[in-house]
Amino acid sequence: MNVKGKVHKFGDNVDTDVIIPARYLNTASHKELATHCMEDIDKDFVNNVQEGDIMVATKNFGCGSSREHAPIAIKASGISCVIASSFARIFYRNAINIGLPILECPEAAEAISNGDTVSVDFNTGIITDETTGATFQGEPFPPFIQNIIEKGGLINSIK
Amino acid sequence: MGMTMSQKILAAHAGLSSVKAGQLIEAQLDLVLGNDVTTPVAINVFEENNATSVFDNTKIAMIMDHFAPNKDIKAATLVKQVRTFADKYDIKNYRDVGQMGIEHALLPEMGLVGPGCLCIGADSHTCTYGALGAFSTGVGSTDMCAGMISGKAWFKVPSAIKFNLIGKPQGFVSGKDVILHIIGKIGVDGALYKSMEFTGEGVQYLNIDDRLCIANMAIEAGAKNGIFPVDDVTREYCNGRYQGTPVEYVADDDAEYDEEYTIDLSEIRPTVSFPHLPENTKTVDEIGETEVKIDQVVIGSCTNGRISDLRAAAEILKGKKLAKGVRCIVIPGTQNIWKQAMHEGLFDIFIDAGAIVSTPTCGPCLGGHMGILAAGERAVSTTNRNFVGRMGHVDSEVYLASPAVAAASAVTGYITDPAKV
Repeated sequence: MNVKGKVHKFGDNVDTDVIIPARYLNTASHKELATHCMEDIDKDFVNNVQEGDIMVATKNFGCGSSREHAPIAIKASGISCVIASSFARIFYRNAINIGLPILECPEAAEAISNGDTVSVDFNTGIITDETTGATFQGEPFPPFIQNIIEKGGLINSIK
Repeated sequence: MGMTMSQKILAAHAGLSSVKAGQLIEAQLDLVLGNDVTTPVAINVFEENNATSVFDNTKIAMIMDHFAPNKDIKAATLVKQVRTFADKYDIKNYRDVGQMGIEHALLPEMGLVGPGCLCIGADSHTCTYGALGAFSTGVGSTDMCAGMISGKAWFKVPSAIKFNLIGKPQGFVSGKDVILHIIGKIGVDGALYKSMEFTGEGVQYLNIDDRLCIANMAIEAGAKNGIFPVDDVTREYCNGRYQGTPVEYVADDDAEYDEEYTIDLSEIRPTVSFPHLPENTKTVDEIGETEVKIDQVVIGSCTNGRISDLRAAAEILKGKKLAKGVRCIVIPGTQNIWKQAMHEGLFDIFIDAGAIVSTPTCGPCLGGHMGILAAGERAVSTTNRNFVGRMGHVDSEVYLASPAVAAASAVTGYITDPAKV
């Protein structure tokens, strides 16, 4: 599987309160959550994001609350993949469980700039910045997690 | 090679004689928790996948605390969805207005968690129960759903950081100051994916509320869990309360730790986290007397809504009045704590000072209701996060502190050392 899209770049410690503020957690509607994605850190994000775009951030992405609404809002906004130097652990689990592809790659997270066009090959973990021509090797999923993804998420994997 | 305390609990629940850091295991759960924000998402996943039963209706807790009493029609609709599900599957530990409390104050009090148990909760502060010698960690709604169906969860066995606590806290220093000090030292990702294991002779000087507060904020250092050894303080709290069978695990002498820190509790000073990360700490000695003017004080939450927290605040507020223009909201964590505080006369102190007392709710901690901040406003709060927009407007600010610092600040209108009030 491959994805390709324009990069929306963020910094360190992007927390789940800015990904989807708690004032919008009175709904579980994916579509409604997506309309407020990232609004407290980048109010133009929802207007600029295109289907297939890629989110890139540096360390500890998704820290804070366990709200699954955070990866749901990102996925429903059209983002096809999140690349970060590191992820907070609950966000990492939640993203896998709901089928939002994520990759840990500190080198790519540092080097890629906002607005670059980036492609990702999930089979090899190779990330290519098509704007600069640079390539990076992302951390592939361990086989246990690969199995969850191949079965279509956590619930299908326990059936 | 030996195992940490966390690893021993995981091994026992996976039916293994030993585990090591990095190993992927499947473990039996003693409790699965959700709240009014996360449970509806879990129920949606449950129903989309045509599940028809839960693994054990006595081992699931659904606590309506975040937006309850329901703040608006949408929140009411979510709670109604959970109530209907709980009725259908006869979930024994469903708690709504009247019997509820803030989940991480309520579950220990109800005796649903105790030494040696393994708990997951769809709330990041589920790590609180490590204070009782449990392995307890936050997950998302899909993990909660899988746990409700199967009674199991997968874990990557964590490595650990050891915090050797020595000395005795002095003056107004509480568990909150200890954990803010530690987060200030190691950072918000300082324990990412790891266990924070607290040990040492200093543990004996921390009461159960201090320990619950410290374990509660392990997640703010990125940790998978925080855990305390079981001692007489734990046993006294859990005896006659914990509904399960307590099992006391002790870390092996040769357990491997990624890092070890020695924390001298006698040297810690009242500590405040400045916006917008819990790691941005300063001691009260580093803050000027009129440096940070405040508009609101919140005393409560799963971090600091317990009886000793309310007593600490009352001790400061007794016979005093709030500074002009400061609003002070006191939120006891559970109905029992509420009654106890009332009988001890703490409410007279709060109300005479000009504060209000709310029913138990997470409310303002996550910017839900009961004390939202406007643009430019500042709060000193005994809660656990001070992220951008956490308590309201994106241009408001939250300063995290202990109940004593929060109460002292309410009196002066500025962030204040409780010794100076």
